[in-house]
Amino acid sequence: MILNPSVLALLLIALLVSVMGLYAGYYGLRILLRWNPASGSEMQLDLERRTYLVSTIMSYILGFELMSLFLFIYTANDLHLLFTGAMCAAGTLAVNFFGYPVLLFKIVNFLLAGVWLVVNYTDNRGYDYPLIRFKYKLLTLVVPLLLLESGLLAAYFAGLKPDIITSCCGSLFSHESNSFSGDLASLPHLPMQIAFFSGMAITAICGLIFYTRGCAGYLFSIAATLTFLIAAASIVSFIGLYFYELPTHHCPFCILQREYNYVGYLLYATLFGGAVAGIGTGVLMPFRNIGSLARIIPVMQRRLTLVTLVCYLLFTLVVVREMVFSALKLGL
Amino acid sequence: MKRALERHLNILEFTLASLLRRKAKNLSLLAMYLLVIFILASLQFFVTALKREAAIILSDAPDMVVQRLVAGRQDLVPARYAAEIANIRGVTAVRPRLWGYYYDALNGANYTIIANDDPAIGPERVSIGAGVAKARNLAVGDLLPLISYDKAPVMLEISTIFPSNSDLIAADMIIISPGDFRQLFNFPSGQATDLAVMVRNPKELPTVAAKIAGQFPDSRPILKNEIQRTYQSIFDWRGGMTLIILASALFSFIIFAWDKAAGLSAEERKEIGILKSIGWETSDVLLLKFWEGAVISLTAFLVGTVLAYGHVFFLSAPLFAQALKGWSVVYPRFQLVPVVDVYQLAVLFFLTVVPYTTATIIPCWRAATIDPDAAMRY
Repeated sequence: MILNPSVLALLLIALLVSVMGLYAGYYGLRILLRWNPASGSEMQLDLERRTYLVSTIMSYILGFELMSLFLFIYTANDLHLLFTGAMCAAGTLAVNFFGYPVLLFKIVNFLLAGVWLVVNYTDNRGYDYPLIRFKYKLLTLVVPLLLLESGLLAAYFAGLKPDIITSCCGSLFSHESNSFSGDLASLPHLPMQIAFFSGMAITAICGLIFYTRGCAGYLFSIAATLTFLIAAASIVSFIGLYFYELPTHHCPFCILQREYNYVGYLLYATLFGGAVAGIGTGVLMPFRNIGSLARIIPVMQRRLTLVTLVCYLLFTLVVVREMVFSALKLGL
Repeated sequence: MKRALERHLNILEFTLASLLRRKAKNLSLLAMYLLVIFILASLQFFVTALKREAAIILSDAPDMVVQRLVAGRQDLVPARYAAEIANIRGVTAVRPRLWGYYYDALNGANYTIIANDDPAIGPERVSIGAGVAKARNLAVGDLLPLISYDKAPVMLEISTIFPSNSDLIAADMIIISPGDFRQLFNFPSGQATDLAVMVRNPKELPTVAAKIAGQFPDSRPILKNEIQRTYQSIFDWRGGMTLIILASALFSFIIFAWDKAAGLSAEERKEIGILKSIGWETSDVLLLKFWEGAVISLTAFLVGTVLAYGHVFFLSAPLFAQALKGWSVVYPRFQLVPVVDVYQLAVLFFLTVVPYTTATIIPCWRAATIDPDAAMRY
């Protein structure tokens, strides 16, 4: 366990998120089971009021969740000094089994949180809560994941032991030194480049079709989701290499550092922003024809599509710019 | 888009007006909030600045220090170790170091004495830190009287006094020639306190250290990055520990905030009732409450961190220094170099604003869902 203010802050957030998540989840479940807009009973009235509470709580905790993803990565980066051989967050996360699962859950929850907020926002625009069942079903999926993430986070931090000097000798020699180099397996760069640019192109085309004609919404959403995955793999496979100008350095975290002008934040913000909007567009597709939302959802979807297109375009431009101007040239 | 922005602006304007209408209540909340943020921010700034200071000092340390252990205690290193270590491939230089502590019975202080074969410090000449000069009231050209382990007086002429901006390293330092060092401590010849080892390629350090440990089983090689790591964890630990102690203050503040948010005055209830009866929806009132929290939080956060900045970097953190710095008779006076980055501010934000916001969600929701007629009749 490392007693560091940022670790304590992350644990505090995890605790708050879990407690509030449980509270919201409990009322979410009650709403799911007892909801009956036709009834005028006291119970229904109370549930209607509770929806405001659950929405507010969820908006806050999902907001915290979004912010804590970056805090987590930054903290992992900051702690690397404490572990032999760790050069950045990649090494710190590899120190024990829980590091990468926490990151994975944080990313998944980040995306789910974003989608939930999109659905919630849309639902609030309709006067008769048309998406309420769907929204709270989604909630019953999100809450356990949030709890799992908090548990993993606590396990991860509890298992961290810094390699410090012991009384008999420097720690390096006191035990079998296992260094956490954090080398990541990466996919070959040429096929990834092809996949990345085709993915971006297909998403752009589908997005433009959907934006102008209103068809191929599902296709666009699927393309945006797949492109998100491909782009994430591409950062490890080749995008990072151009930034580091080093054909062997595949780290996805170092680009968040000052040496690279914090360009990683721009890349990840656009990538995640684009993905949330893209997935959100698809999630809203089945509800396009619901009475009170028939005029709201298409507008929302067009906006979301625009967000995805702009974000992905920005991401691609930053990548292309670096590929053109980087001192590194990757051969075939 | 513009309409949504206008809605927020209008509600914000209303919020500010309504906050000002209840000055006493909100100011007391703000004061408590500010105090909590001030204390936590001071702590955070202070620990980070100390960490950076330590990192800067340690960056000049030798790549590796080799000590010798006898029965688990540090002992003197024979000179032949140095010669043999220098033969290990990859080692560029081995410097036997002579240093120790001298207890000054006059004022109860401990000085760090370091031998240096720099020709500027000839025999019977000495360079001292500003702390020593002050403790003994000495100036350049004066004689520094020390008493050797044989109880014989050793008189050394002061050639330089280190400027006080190097105090953090040099306050208690006395630099003398190796000959004087051996005479002062009755130090056996052919031995050194420890060895500083330089290695050309930093990646080879662990290998070289493993070779040294294999060749001399009683040696204890310590790498620079291990020292850095240890300091880093000590400061982290001190900061975290103090934070845990302060957690009770934080919790009391959260309870206070909860109480303030839950205890709506009759006037506030009436206000919300009127707003709802003229057409405000629950979500509008929630937004109003959100902006109320945001205004109070941001004001407290900004003012609190600015005050903490002044407290730590201009006044040298009088409230924490005793707990976090440690103490000594010849204690260096130092001004911390300001370091504030987004990361620290984010951590602070998560430690203070997030719990506050969480504590006020349910009371705000309660306030926002009051029935208008009940509220106005109340």
